[in-house]
Amino acid sequence: MDIEKVDQIIDKHNSEASSLIQVLLEIQSENRWLPRQILERISEKLEVPLSRIQHIATFYKAFSLIPKGRHEVHICMGTACHVRGAQNVLTAVEDYTGIKPGETDLDLKFSLETVNCLGCCALGPVMEVDGQIHGKISPAETADALKKYE
Amino acid sequence: MPKLNSSAELEKLRDEILSNRDSDQRIITLCSGTACHATGSRSVAAAIEEELEKQGLKDQVIVRKTGCHGFCERGPIIVLYPEGICYLQIEPENIPEIVSQTIKENKILEHLLYIDPSSDEKITREDEIPFYKNQQRLLFGANLQIDPKSIEDYLALGGYKALARALLKMDPGQALEEVKKANLRGRGGGGFPAGIKWEGSRSAPEDTKYVIVNADEGDPGAYMDRSLLEGNPHSVLEGLAIGAYTIGAREGFIYVRQEYPLAVDNINTAIKQAEEYGFLGENILGSDFSFTVKVHQGAGAFVCGESTALMTALEGRAGEPRPKYIRSNIKGLWDKPTVLNNVETWANVPLIINNGAEWFEKYGTETSKGTKIFSLVGKINNTGLVEVPMGMTLRDIIFKVGGGIRGGKKFKAVQTGGPSGGCLPEHLLDLQVGFDELTKAGSMMGSGGMIAMDEDTCMVDVARYFLDFLTDESCGKCVPCREGVKQMLKILTNITEGRGQEGDLELLEELGQVAKEVSLCALGQTAPNPFLSTLQYFRDEYEAHISGKRCPALYCKDLIAYYIDPEECQACQACLKKCPSDAIIGGKKTIHVIDQEKCTKCNTCYDVCPSRFSAVKKISGEPVPPAIPEEERTITRGSKEK
Amino acid sequence: MSKVLLKIDGKEVEAEEGMTVLETAQDEGIGIPTLCHHKKLEPYGACRICTVEAEKNGRSKLVVSCVYPVEKDLEVTTRSEKIDRIRRKILELLLSHAPDSDQLRKLAEEYGANKDRFEKEPSFCIHCGLCVRYCAEVKGKFAVGFINRGSRREINFIPELAATECWNCKECFPLCPTSALQAAYMFTEAQISETPVFEADSK
Repeated sequence: MDIEKVDQIIDKHNSEASSLIQVLLEIQSENRWLPRQILERISEKLEVPLSRIQHIATFYKAFSLIPKGRHEVHICMGTACHVRGAQNVLTAVEDYTGIKPGETDLDLKFSLETVNCLGCCALGPVMEVDGQIHGKISPAETADALKKYE
Repeated sequence: MPKLNSSAELEKLRDEILSNRDSDQRIITLCSGTACHATGSRSVAAAIEEELEKQGLKDQVIVRKTGCHGFCERGPIIVLYPEGICYLQIEPENIPEIVSQTIKENKILEHLLYIDPSSDEKITREDEIPFYKNQQRLLFGANLQIDPKSIEDYLALGGYKALARALLKMDPGQALEEVKKANLRGRGGGGFPAGIKWEGSRSAPEDTKYVIVNADEGDPGAYMDRSLLEGNPHSVLEGLAIGAYTIGAREGFIYVRQEYPLAVDNINTAIKQAEEYGFLGENILGSDFSFTVKVHQGAGAFVCGESTALMTALEGRAGEPRPKYIRSNIKGLWDKPTVLNNVETWANVPLIINNGAEWFEKYGTETSKGTKIFSLVGKINNTGLVEVPMGMTLRDIIFKVGGGIRGGKKFKAVQTGGPSGGCLPEHLLDLQVGFDELTKAGSMMGSGGMIAMDEDTCMVDVARYFLDFLTDESCGKCVPCREGVKQMLKILTNITEGRGQEGDLELLEELGQVAKEVSLCALGQTAPNPFLSTLQYFRDEYEAHISGKRCPALYCKDLIAYYIDPEECQACQACLKKCPSDAIIGGKKTIHVIDQEKCTKCNTCYDVCPSRFSAVKKISGEPVPPAIPEEERTITRGSKEK
Repeated sequence: MSKVLLKIDGKEVEAEEGMTVLETAQDEGIGIPTLCHHKKLEPYGACRICTVEAEKNGRSKLVVSCVYPVEKDLEVTTRSEKIDRIRRKILELLLSHAPDSDQLRKLAEEYGANKDRFEKEPSFCIHCGLCVRYCAEVKGKFAVGFINRGSRREINFIPELAATECWNCKECFPLCPTSALQAAYMFTEAQISETPVFEADSK
């Protein structure tokens, strides 16, 4: 993402320090991760110390300081899904992708995250890939579902 | 749309809207909340548009995409008006016949109706389905009639009448008094009387004050607020504006978790519409009151649902809570008097102003008035969102409304209050739901998550699960939570993995006590609750894990083993083919045997073994029966008669 | 500023409105242990070891004295079985990180805390935040800050600032109760400089 775009987003929020999180959310959504240079630019324009921005970027789960894979895999670990066996689904996905939650594989194909309730409890256990819900999924079915993604 | 400047103008507009609506008008409502999107309501919506076009009915039938209806287990749901015919679990393939048969020829399609599992009776109308009949949907009922993107739908139901009444017929003190008299207690978890909270801010000698909607809804398994915000955003705005009026706030914030994009979208649309019509902005409805609202998104931190952490996040910082010695209704956001309330709390306000405190007090118990929306999920038959009056028993909610435990299993516990709450066992099922009643029993109301658990749920693992969640979500500032809860998790993990020791329970209790006594915020203070309540009601499970190295629910992987009963196995090879670790030895007519060395206990074989055989067994606390010798594993035809 | 009369450990004391219980106690020479408190910094309320019991109108509660404002007729108790138990547990939890810290060891002796109660943790840092807050509030440099949350939280130096500002400052070093700070600094230094750390240190 080029610096002009970053500046545009910051200006849209009136360059207010309290809008820091909203600015970061927008950049994360468009750029899919937060490179160091962008954090430094935000620090400069909003007049907020870089260490504070780093704290925020690492405190909140929505932000990623490393590039994300082409496909974001989310496994719901909410209580309802948990009692319906979400842990086994997660283990199966970890085995297939070779990564743990919070990680991205070396091909930048999959990024894996656990989420705490997608609110589709009637479909538990749930695996979400790129926003698409795979409901009532069993551990054995996860490999087949993920094979379809390039 | 010119701004409305008086109550008279509002009522005139309302009359116009209503006169343009024909009660005999054919309407198809399709539940389009996020949960139904997951079950495919988008493609159903597309099919409806296509079919109506095809059959030339586009101009005669109104399609209304509403928010959540609540019966998520059976979504997508269609309700046809004016009759109120309810069809469940609709797929795009069902649409052509719905249009040709029901819409064109008034014929009811029985195979799409709800069938009562006990009487086999087919039920036509939505409000006669037991799931809905046993509820009291004061708040949620409106979702069926409203397209969240249409302010006119909200106005048609009487929307913004309460705001007009408060601003133009009551002074701020009177409006506050009404909410106080109604004894509306916070629906976010704390249960603090809203009127008293508001009063504190109202009398604070500051010019700048704020109101906040807490739509962070972090409790896993709870999605009531999402459905209210998605399905009826104006009700929340109206309540917020009334609250702001009573305390003298001119700015409001809605803090929505970022994981709710549809809710963010719908509330933003609603705000724009409200501004257009003059329900927000300068001199609302011609009064002296001016009020604006901004939406802030969360960024993935459960702790930001805690009110002081939320305010810190609104200020653009990491969501670390602050000490509550000076209450935030006196010194809150930017140190100004701030009233923060939950989505459901705000949504109750217009009802109270419209109908009066006395009406509200008719519902509920002595100390818990009104209704509560619960997300009834887990091992339950009728998964969904239910709104019941306070005072209904847990038994009625779970069995009458919820339809009981799914899969014919036995009820074991119900968990309420999310990670701050506890598990209540069978002998407490007749407990009446209410703030104080649940707290006394060792749990709490919380935001409304209600998770049903059955005989296959390991209660020690439930405690471990919640501590795992909280360790991940802890902000890390104070020692009792950052270090103490983490140590509790370590001990519980050891217990579930067969490394429990004497003294573990005592150490857990000690750590839990310190966390309760001196943690910085409610996350740490309530963290021990799931452990303490499961210890209180299911102590035998803990002892089985620690001394017996046994998991009675047959769940904890390190304490169980899978084996195939040679008497039941029919060598169908279903498990053999699906086993991801190639751990099953056998063949077409050879009884299968699980290689214990290779087995990862993924549960796949248990899942896929046909129920008529049920040959895969789980065992805990004792050695796996030795496999029968190879020579005896061959099945000859006819030798296995059942 | 109006005066507030309260009691600490039975002694009648006079404080000014707006003062905290800890400040008042310290002025009176009454000892309350602290780990994350520093007179030059805003009270932080993170270690919870300064917890005391405060009673008013017959109701007693546990409060964190470094952030609790004084109140008229408050009766504060700074030592009791309950308080000692809480302080002991906090110390045991922190000793799993820094069993050799002088400050912690002295307090451990006083409260009977067992440094082996919990398994040793891989990080020395006890998150008192003194370094981070000193750099922010006193120096205004923000060279070191927190990253991550929960038990994964740690202090982190901005490398460019560590190489320039910190080199000539190091005022935060003596504040660290465990030397985790010095270790973090050396680690950052080692990462950015090509010369081995001990050579650069002999400047």
